[in-house]
Amino acid sequence: MRAFVEGVGLIGPGLAGWVAGGAALAGREEYRPAPTAIPASELLPAAERRRTGTPVKLALAAGAEAFAGARREAAATATVFASSAGDCDNLHALCEALATPERQVSPTRFHNSVHNAAAGYWSIAMRSRSPSTSLCCHDNSMTAGLLEAACQVAAGEPVALIAYDHPYPEPVSAARPVSASFGMALVLAPRASERAVAALDVVFLPERAAATPMADAGLEALRRGVPAARGLPLLAALARGGSATLVLDYVEGTHLRVTLAPCA
Amino acid sequence: MQPLAISRYSIVNCLGAGSQAVFDALCEKRSGLAPCDFADVKLDTWIGRVEGLESTRVRPDLNAYDCRNNRLAQLGLELDGFAAAVTAARARHGAARIGVFMGTSTSGILETELAYRRRDPRSGALPPDFRYTETHNTYSLADFVRRYLQLQGPAFVVSAACSSTAKVFGNAARMIALDVCDAAVVGGVDSLCFTTLCGFHSLELTSRAPCRPFDAERDGISIGEGAGFALLERAGDRNGEGALLLLGIGESSDAYHMSTPHPEGLGAKLAMQRALESAGLAPVDIDYINLHGTASRTNDASEDRAVTSLFDGTTPCSSTKGATGHLLGAAGITEAVISALAIEHDLMPGSANTRNVDKELKSHYLLANREAHVDRVLSNSFGFGGSNCSLVLGAVR
Repeated sequence: MRAFVEGVGLIGPGLAGWVAGGAALAGREEYRPAPTAIPASELLPAAERRRTGTPVKLALAAGAEAFAGARREAAATATVFASSAGDCDNLHALCEALATPERQVSPTRFHNSVHNAAAGYWSIAMRSRSPSTSLCCHDNSMTAGLLEAACQVAAGEPVALIAYDHPYPEPVSAARPVSASFGMALVLAPRASERAVAALDVVFLPERAAATPMADAGLEALRRGVPAARGLPLLAALARGGSATLVLDYVEGTHLRVTLAPCA
Repeated sequence: MQPLAISRYSIVNCLGAGSQAVFDALCEKRSGLAPCDFADVKLDTWIGRVEGLESTRVRPDLNAYDCRNNRLAQLGLELDGFAAAVTAARARHGAARIGVFMGTSTSGILETELAYRRRDPRSGALPPDFRYTETHNTYSLADFVRRYLQLQGPAFVVSAACSSTAKVFGNAARMIALDVCDAAVVGGVDSLCFTTLCGFHSLELTSRAPCRPFDAERDGISIGEGAGFALLERAGDRNGEGALLLLGIGESSDAYHMSTPHPEGLGAKLAMQRALESAGLAPVDIDYINLHGTASRTNDASEDRAVTSLFDGTTPCSSTKGATGHLLGAAGITEAVISALAIEHDLMPGSANTRNVDKELKSHYLLANREAHVDRVLSNSFGFGGSNCSLVLGAVR
């Protein structure tokens, strides 16, 4: 399944946007881990913005950066959101409230608890009535999102893939450690254009293969430590330019093979 | 889209276990709702609880996955010959050629809610028996189903609130059309938990009585639980007389509000239009609409506007949530299976519990069961975050 990359979003620890972060991923600059900084955004009306937690802000910021690069209208583009846990701070607050005798939960906390909260806020922010889906596949959520996005593009429609994950607070973090806050986004189109930076071929293979690692030890730790960062080798190959073939982990006993070719 | 054969389906909810039990209840216009007796919840509301989940366990080899949600999944997989049909499909296509696309909104969150009551008083730690990956994580359901059925194709969970298990039909249709797989197990499960019972209560969306979709006095939803599954294959493989088909799917977003539908039903209308386009059909081709019809004031008004703006007001429609309750993430598959039963038995189910249809609502709403030719059904599922999905099902006649 072929898709043309028109825009990239990247927000992670020491990876402040695609331009600066891409240089570190490509090895042109040294990677220096630093706390993830999510750029402030005016995308949502103030009332809605106050209701969103960090994971939703992360997803929206990554998506917005990819669309800024793609110069494609977000409202007319379908979206695939992929996350291992959605808004995990919100989940913790809800479970704490439900463990008290009163069990009083806030209505906002409750509607933010749906896995598609980021998609809902995105739709409001972008005034988009385009189809959107919200996927989870535990450690392989980003890869599942890429497979679904590639299918939608192969069916003839542009789509944005937005993958994000954020660490759980204690006590869930002990059972489910996620090492950092990380978001990435790709705007993908079915046809080549002057906006396209690379062509991807995505193939599902029902057999085991070793995932492509990151050369830098810090980035490899990030890839292993955050489900959404499983997409780092793909972003690194995009940042380097040129051709590459990558293996991304997917559900047990399977993987995705992604082949990149630059667009002239 | 190329039609897909729905070669087997299964269903379980408060109406009963298996499609015959559910169909019998629909024929009798029986509701499975009862005053809330789930765990130690003390809310003045009615629920659709599935009997016996507290005393069952999942298959021993999958013991780590044991939780209410996966127990309900296992119950559904063993009904209506579903697991056996998948075994046969595995022999036809190969395990790696069958995908698993599940929907759920809350997965096994109940385990985490209960674990938070047992935190270590000093450290705050969760108890050592808490198993996040196999119970709480949203993917746990598809992981469990894929292992249970010994499948090796692509898999994931769609979690888009109450549209989840309708949307998975679209994932399967795309994957099969692109030859990523030859068949897919779709559907999903939602099970009772504190988050949804207390959460909908906090939004003042739960009724104190059994829910009454489209009634003038409707005052909220009744939360239920259930599972449903469908096996999808290329129609060319099985398209004989009477074969049940997925004909179309349409998805949209509201771009309006996180927990309130667009007042004019713009997103809902788009989903229905896209489903009809994808099926290559016109509104007049639809014999019956299974509405989302949650019985909240705003949902029913918004959906009614969407339906009457697209259809001419003569297409019979009803919600079956007065019988099943709102199965949230499992509503889509539940109502797809009910739509299949409507087609196979030529029965349009009347709305359980609804007494007087709201005069403000202009759809052709069925209170009584109607026996009539049903070839094609549109089924609506709408959810929080403004996520909308409509399916078109039909039969080869």
